[in-house]
Amino acid sequence: MALSRLSLRSNPFLKPSTTSIRRHVSTDTTPITIETAVPFESHLCDAPSRSVVTSSSEILSFFRDMARMRRTEIAADSLYKAKMIRGFCHLYDGQEALAVGMEAAITKKDAIITSYRDHCTFLGRGGELVEAFSELMGRKRGCSNGKGGSMHFYKKDACFYGGHGIVGAQIPLGCGLAFAQKYSKEEFVTFALYGDGAANQGQLFEALNIAALWDLPAILVCENNHYGMGTATWRSAKSPAYFKRGDYVPGLKVDGMDALAVKQACKFAKEHALKNGPIVLEMDTYRYHGHSMSDPGSTYRTRDEVSGVRQVRDPIERVRKLLLSYDIATEKELKDMEKEVRKEVDDAVAQAKESPVPEPSELFTNMYVKDCGVESFGADRKELKVTLT
Amino acid sequence: MASLLSRFCRKVAVPGSAHGARMVSTTTSCGSETVKSLNLYSAINQALHIALETDPRSYVFGEDVGFGGVFRCTTGLAERFGKNRVFNTPLCEQGIVGFGIGLAAMGNRAVVEIQFADYIYPAFDQIVNEAAKFRYRSGNQFNCGGLTIRAPYGAVGHGGHYHSQSPEAFFCHVPGIKVVIPRSPREAKGLLLSSIRDPNPVVFFEPKWLYRQAVEEVPEHDYMIPLSEAEVIREGNDITLVGWGAQLTVMEQACLDAEKEGISCELIDLKTLLPWDKETVEASVKKTGRLLISHEAPVTGGFGAEISATILERCFLKLEAPVSRVCGLDTPFPLVFEPFYMPTKNKILDAIKSTVNY
Repeated sequence: MALSRLSLRSNPFLKPSTTSIRRHVSTDTTPITIETAVPFESHLCDAPSRSVVTSSSEILSFFRDMARMRRTEIAADSLYKAKMIRGFCHLYDGQEALAVGMEAAITKKDAIITSYRDHCTFLGRGGELVEAFSELMGRKRGCSNGKGGSMHFYKKDACFYGGHGIVGAQIPLGCGLAFAQKYSKEEFVTFALYGDGAANQGQLFEALNIAALWDLPAILVCENNHYGMGTATWRSAKSPAYFKRGDYVPGLKVDGMDALAVKQACKFAKEHALKNGPIVLEMDTYRYHGHSMSDPGSTYRTRDEVSGVRQVRDPIERVRKLLLSYDIATEKELKDMEKEVRKEVDDAVAQAKESPVPEPSELFTNMYVKDCGVESFGADRKELKVTLT
Repeated sequence: MASLLSRFCRKVAVPGSAHGARMVSTTTSCGSETVKSLNLYSAINQALHIALETDPRSYVFGEDVGFGGVFRCTTGLAERFGKNRVFNTPLCEQGIVGFGIGLAAMGNRAVVEIQFADYIYPAFDQIVNEAAKFRYRSGNQFNCGGLTIRAPYGAVGHGGHYHSQSPEAFFCHVPGIKVVIPRSPREAKGLLLSSIRDPNPVVFFEPKWLYRQAVEEVPEHDYMIPLSEAEVIREGNDITLVGWGAQLTVMEQACLDAEKEGISCELIDLKTLLPWDKETVEASVKKTGRLLISHEAPVTGGFGAEISATILERCFLKLEAPVSRVCGLDTPFPLVFEPFYMPTKNKILDAIKSTVNY
């Protein structure tokens, strides 16, 4: 790996305490300590330190992964408009820092369960781009064999439990996963993600009570993007301090657009959950797209607001600034990386388009373990009557 | 978006009750009957405007209704009647319906919107255990008759598991509530006004496929279509078809195709599923001797089973063939497989032929 000294103009940003030699696409793992911009707010616990220990390679991986996630969502947007993706498609762009930050703090044996805005969470868990796009387009190669669609991505070997349509329903499920983990004594935790809209569901509080009563290693993460479909948090919640909603359960409020802060919070939460039981994390984040592709996202918020957040708080731009100021990469290198990512995504889309749709017989599979034997008139008129397996 | 007439006919004429088959759509005689071409969501919107205008103690609430709702059924209501009567709720179906029951118990008309019928299940306990049994267990001291729950139901072409379900069968099993499903804009406006004004809690399912697709001439005044009266929308002699909601459009096409092959089909719109008009269907089956029921919901335990069993009891000796049910398959509502799952025109046509040729 050559130490190339391309022109690197000085910039007035923070300089690290240790002098870093700029490498071409750094894979340096020496620890760097960076302060988060926004302090944590805590409820019934001591907030973790604002100094996050990271490294050049980690920050670079954040950039690459987030760029990949962003490109995936944009590609999904185009595919939806081209009617290659049908159904309902909920995009995550703007919230990428959450997915990457969380992954940096945990292992693939810790479980994650979320609702329908799951494309990037799936990618963070190690899901392949081609599987994601195939599933979006309903093809066989998809992660759920094409039967789930955008809202139902799963990845068993990475303990990603999906992908749920009914908001709030995944939270008691997540607590159940945590119970199983505690029972197995393997020191893993479950992150159950939900939104600010779902935070008003009764089952959340039922799950919180159970998790606290039995000291489950469950971490409930509220992805507060400030809008539940079209309703702003101040209009749907008496107490928009979602991290305090646990009442007797400790909570932490985190700047969800800062990948490092997310990493720190998740690390802290995992340690807490293994020792003391459940904790609530509130991630202050934002989505650029509307609730789904059917929602323009402009009837309940102004375009200025969206572009304002994009200019000031965009997670990828933050990491880019970090990389530039710490001399970990140059602008050109980052742009090249983005180009590579774009090509990766385009290739995956092309591959996914070639995958066939599932066989019609798949309609009837995976219902029960054994068949249910109901008759019906044939789907395609080749058979007058069909027995469902 | 249709604008409303400023003057309404206060005295709403309801067509006289009649037994047996009804041949034409209900008519009202009330002032000048100007009609306008509206789609389903506009007709529903008009009905809601009228309901709120005619009863100052009526309220419309649910998720995102303030800006017009995800299907625009509540457009203009908040602006016209104020945020105290038309308001957004947090995302909590159980809470919303429970709240509606309480409001209705105090003598108000609560029109609750559940954003998709697929999300109605958290509220199922409230509907079944609270709303349906309130009058009964309080010995008629209290009731929540002013409650109307509206929910878009049914396939939309690409809805997948959680935006396409038809849960009407679950609610038809609950004595104490009414279940109403309109088939078109004109029907929807009249049925919704009847449901809101009916002194019993009503669950009103709107076929979401028809929100934009169906356009019909809808009278602009206040009119109601009676509940629990089925309508024969097409006369025939060889076989009776019973359905509701969007499925009727499909069935009608099958009837047209069957006619080309010399089979004369009688098509009945049930409109109200609970309590359903048994007499109309019975009279029709006694005439034709054959029955076919079609609905989008899965066949096992679907409402078609209830119709089939009742007709069997009443018309056993008159039946020439087994009752046929052409319904959704016994699977979760699929995503890519939707065309195979749905009870399509061809499936119905095949069933008509095999029933007639039994």
